[in-house]
Amino acid sequence: MSGLVVEGVTVKAGERSILDGAGFTAPAGAVTGLIGPNGAGKSTLIGAVMGLRRLLGGTIAFDDASLPTMPPAERARLCAHVEQFATTTERLTVGDVVGLGRVPFQSAWQTAPSAHDEAVVTSALAAMGMSAFAGRLYHLLSGGEQQRVQIARALAQEPRLLLLDEPTSHLDIRAQLLVLDVLRQQAQAGCSVVLAMHDLNLAARYCDHLVALNAGKVVAEGRPADVLDPDLLLRVYGVAATIVQVPGKPYPLVIYDSAPNSD
Amino acid sequence: MTPRPVYVMAYAGLWALLLASAAVAMTLGPAHISVGEVWGTLLHHLGLLADSPVSRLRDAIVWELRLPRVLAALGVGAGLALAGTVMQVLTRNPLADPYLLGLSSGAAFGAVVFLLAGAALLMPLGAFLGSLAALGLALAIARLLGGATPSRAILAGICIAALASAGTSLLIFWSATGDSYREILSWLIGSLSGSNWSDVLLVGLGLVLCAPIILLSGRGLDAFAFGDAAAASLGIDIVRLRWTLLAATALLTGVMVAVGGAIGFVGLVVPHAVRLAVGSRHRVLLPMSMLVGAVFMLWTDTAARSLFDPRELPVGIVTALVGAPVFLLILLRYRRVT
Repeated sequence: MSGLVVEGVTVKAGERSILDGAGFTAPAGAVTGLIGPNGAGKSTLIGAVMGLRRLLGGTIAFDDASLPTMPPAERARLCAHVEQFATTTERLTVGDVVGLGRVPFQSAWQTAPSAHDEAVVTSALAAMGMSAFAGRLYHLLSGGEQQRVQIARALAQEPRLLLLDEPTSHLDIRAQLLVLDVLRQQAQAGCSVVLAMHDLNLAARYCDHLVALNAGKVVAEGRPADVLDPDLLLRVYGVAATIVQVPGKPYPLVIYDSAPNSD
Repeated sequence: MTPRPVYVMAYAGLWALLLASAAVAMTLGPAHISVGEVWGTLLHHLGLLADSPVSRLRDAIVWELRLPRVLAALGVGAGLALAGTVMQVLTRNPLADPYLLGLSSGAAFGAVVFLLAGAALLMPLGAFLGSLAALGLALAIARLLGGATPSRAILAGICIAALASAGTSLLIFWSATGDSYREILSWLIGSLSGSNWSDVLLVGLGLVLCAPIILLSGRGLDAFAFGDAAAASLGIDIVRLRWTLLAATALLTGVMVAVGGAIGFVGLVVPHAVRLAVGSRHRVLLPMSMLVGAVFMLWTDTAARSLFDPRELPVGIVTALVGAPVFLLILLRYRRVT
């Protein structure tokens, strides 16, 4: 099928399993949300898809091509990754950082970006509303601004698979909505978008497909309205919640009631 | 695809500065030789001028003494600046430099071991092995301390440098000849005095071998800005790139030390100054650092041999006088990450 298909992925850190036979699909043209508590394995799963983790088992395929065995440069032309934190001691402007997204497309002999590279960088900056920042130094920006620059860098890779690890964690609410809108547009253009997120209401609002992780296993997968139910939230997050349907809105709303003692 | 005009101008300016500096530096020294005489001698030796315009003695001063020295200084400066730039990226450590991480001291020790063992011809190999061992040791110690943070790498470097320098001094004392103090100084502090054409050949070979590998890795080094994972997700084979470049850096340092001893701070000061001016895009930073390093080394060496004429300072003293305050400034600037 077209899109990302992950099956039975197992990753260990020492003796401890971080991912234990995890599998899910992220269809092309859809936004897929990875949800689950801290330490559930969301970041590791994203890292595994990007080839940053050694798999002890399982397969990862994008459009039927195996990602783990793909040459790194070819993989980088297909998928882009936005990490949770990205800091540097280098002296780079915002334009330089977004320009890094063109690295997979450039040859070693190339001394400067091509006209096409520059055009892609310009439009990626514009998409994230960061055009005015192009000449500013990256390391002097706020965390939220840096996050938006990193997303712009990922867009500059013109990816067909876009993986983001909590891309909105440092953003104010307006910026969160703007970023999620951009990701939806990417999906509409045919990209498979996968993002780890903590805000279940934003997940319900923006994702077409949700994957719930707990202790390295996928415990639920499907449409947000199907995945988000009080039982699952209690089991996975240890939170008692009410799910309500707001009249006139197509997506459910989660109301958190309490965090009952587990023992 | 075409480089921006501002960089074309900067490159042209730096090359012009380099050539002009070389021409002027060759006129400076105890014997007064004019720029015209220098050019005449060079043209004569290149076969473009039938008769040498100067006496045989002055011809020899230009061709056998000053020109090799100037070329050695240019090459060593370019090599050390290049090595420093690469180490700063690969270790994500703004303080990394072949001297501070102990590579230069290790190389000097290796060179002296081979020299005293009677294998003078293999001395560059000894220097390479010494710098490689020092690099391995620095990385191992930093890992032992729990990860290669900037301050740990520097501490490891201090330890290695102290050990290797003591070893070098001990070896030279052991085989003491009349001039051993001078010899110890030139290995430990770095000096280009007495550079000849075979030194120039060695430096040239080192640069021809290592510089292209490093210069063509600019794209990969850029991708390292946000760490290993980010570089890998940009399609860089980080393990291969890192080991290739560390080996090239160790070789480059070994060659430079075999010729000039452990000259400090060039690899630290030059990349930082250039980075301030042009930023961290390595496809610009690497070649510019080489050019600036060459000019910097040429002038510090010229100062070292002519400021206190007729006495000559080891050039390492001059680079340290310039470099130590800059090192302090960088420390203050990056105190958060150390």
